[in-house]
Amino acid sequence: MATAQVRVPEPSIPEWTGFDGLVQLISVDGQRTVGCPYWELVADVDAAQLRGLYRDMTIVRRIDAEAMALQRQGELALWAPLLGQEAAQVGSARALRADDFVFPSYREHGVAYCRGVDPAQMLRLWRGAGLSGWDPADYGIATPAIVVGSQALHATGYALGIALDGATSAAVTYFGDGATSEGDIAEAFGFAASYVVPVVFFCQNNQWAISEPVRVQSHASIAQRGQGYGIPGIQVDGNDVLAVLAATRLALARASAGQGPTLIEAVTYRMGPHTTSDDPTRYRSRADEEEWRVKDPLARLHALLRTEGLADDSFDQDVVADADEVAAALRQGCLTMPDPEVSDLFAHVYADAHPLLLEERDAYEAFLAGLDEDGDAGA
Amino acid sequence: MPTMSLGKALNHGLRKAMERDPKVVLMGEDIGKLGGVFRVTEGLQRDFGDRRVIDTPLAESGVIGTAVGLAARGYRPVCEIQFDGFIYPAFDQIVSQVAKLHYRSEGRVTVALTIRVPFGGGVGAVEHHSESPEAYFAHTAGLRVVTPSNAADGYRMIQQAVASDDPVVFFEPKRRYWEKGEVDETRLSDTPLHRAAVVTTGSDVTIAAYGPMVATALDAARIGREEGTSIEVIDLRSLSPVDFDTIEASVRKTGRLVVAHEASVFCGLGAEIAARISERCFFHLEAPVRRVGGFATPYPPSRAEHHFLPDADRILHEVDRCLQP
Repeated sequence: MATAQVRVPEPSIPEWTGFDGLVQLISVDGQRTVGCPYWELVADVDAAQLRGLYRDMTIVRRIDAEAMALQRQGELALWAPLLGQEAAQVGSARALRADDFVFPSYREHGVAYCRGVDPAQMLRLWRGAGLSGWDPADYGIATPAIVVGSQALHATGYALGIALDGATSAAVTYFGDGATSEGDIAEAFGFAASYVVPVVFFCQNNQWAISEPVRVQSHASIAQRGQGYGIPGIQVDGNDVLAVLAATRLALARASAGQGPTLIEAVTYRMGPHTTSDDPTRYRSRADEEEWRVKDPLARLHALLRTEGLADDSFDQDVVADADEVAAALRQGCLTMPDPEVSDLFAHVYADAHPLLLEERDAYEAFLAGLDEDGDAGA
Repeated sequence: MPTMSLGKALNHGLRKAMERDPKVVLMGEDIGKLGGVFRVTEGLQRDFGDRRVIDTPLAESGVIGTAVGLAARGYRPVCEIQFDGFIYPAFDQIVSQVAKLHYRSEGRVTVALTIRVPFGGGVGAVEHHSESPEAYFAHTAGLRVVTPSNAADGYRMIQQAVASDDPVVFFEPKRRYWEKGEVDETRLSDTPLHRAAVVTTGSDVTIAAYGPMVATALDAARIGREEGTSIEVIDLRSLSPVDFDTIEASVRKTGRLVVAHEASVFCGLGAEIAARISERCFFHLEAPVRRVGGFATPYPPSRAEHHFLPDADRILHEVDRCLQP
């Protein structure tokens, strides 16, 4: 299909072979790296913005911790923690523009937070009070996709719509290393490359698909997986919020310039379980976890802020207070969330009336109305 | 009124739908210059351009999944799945996403998607080109499933399907593509998409059929009439929802019902219709509801398909069993 977009030579993906090709702007010990051409993409990030990124990451980690606690206390059926992936999510989400549209998987609470979603609404599906929690149109982010990989096609189709509309925004889809084995990811790459549409494929390679290490999915790096489709890949240190911000900005600029899709592999680590139902001690070692603990994305940015005199004790206390406030509101929102009504069960299956559904709803409501006080059907 | 084939009527209906709404886009394999393997989209890319009639890469899940994204941006995609037996790679997107997004989003996301599927046998095809997978989709909440049996319905129903805010799986009886009928192009349908039609009246037995089997049922009715049996034929037109009221009214009159389809009988539409009609008008039935359809086999080689596909004789055999239970 011929898109109407004008191809322009810039922005291009810089040649970069340093750090084994991994884009990194902040080293593990919190120092600014030297020589990486991606610095240019975040040259505008000043002290206030750096502090803002740290604040976001701290709040997002606090949301995650509160939700974990709510699940352990029986208030949530399940939770998929993002612990360890704060930089990948905040860095990419803070690169987005208001009219970009996100198609997430189910672990992107940090992305949803940055898009402005009320954290309590994120809990709705995990509490079982609904199948989703917000209006995608209000925040530019679809509700979580639980069938992994399915959302990459939705993003590609949405990006096709952007191209047909002649708009300059982009669609961004998040998925994990496990999802890269799904056919829908391969088909999304193929369609996006064929149509040259403005989509960013953002893979958080957190090393684990439940119990399967990433080598079960692929022996090649995920960033390389796009090459056969003609989609350039960027492998970025996913625990480095600035590097992620830079890579995502570049991918968005390419999309808006009509250069089509970009694949970003954010190399990170799922520090917690897959979900609250998982037990990582059965399949991974403490040594593995320890190796990644020292790469903690928050600690790294905090070290940089401290080294450069951008954060003091008072800043730290402020951030913690902010995070606690968000967590308290989250807990309150969770505990006061109403359960669905019987009528909700039958609502919205179709946009227009469907006689079978109405018949079943009426019959069930009549059945409920006929129950005695003990809830027995009795004669 | 002009006379045209079902395939041409669908083509004209799609053209009307595209003229009416600029958000209607067609997507599928070989639907552009070729006009689709059955030529249903012939000339549409020439007249509407390749931004509205889009040749897709060859991947069915990709076709449907990207259409979901387009729908999320306010488009009204019409996807062509080239053959019935090729819909399964898209099954996950259809069942897990297309059918459930409106419910999942509590009505905030509308998936105004039409999925056109040439279906059924009788054309001497190789494997995977003659199947009747409609029950899978009728079983799935959130989808509407319809099938026209003739040119006039094809012209009207495709426009109604495209205009629907719900996802519609639109099964086209491929062996009837070339059968002609009168089509009034000057007006829209005054029959709701989900209303069944009594296509010939009778008093002894009702035959409920849909898609390619309606013509076969009408043959059976004609032969029956010559043999002294008065048969009423209902074209279901819609498989989700099913218009049980129309079937019930007929059965209350005739007291006997035969359901005919190409799909295998076990767990087919006939099973649901037999159960519902037995519930609704058991005391009006003179005989058990009979079903006639494909065997519990995969679709056979084409040189044996005439055994698998119900013909007028097999339908009349079930009519006889209703008359002498």
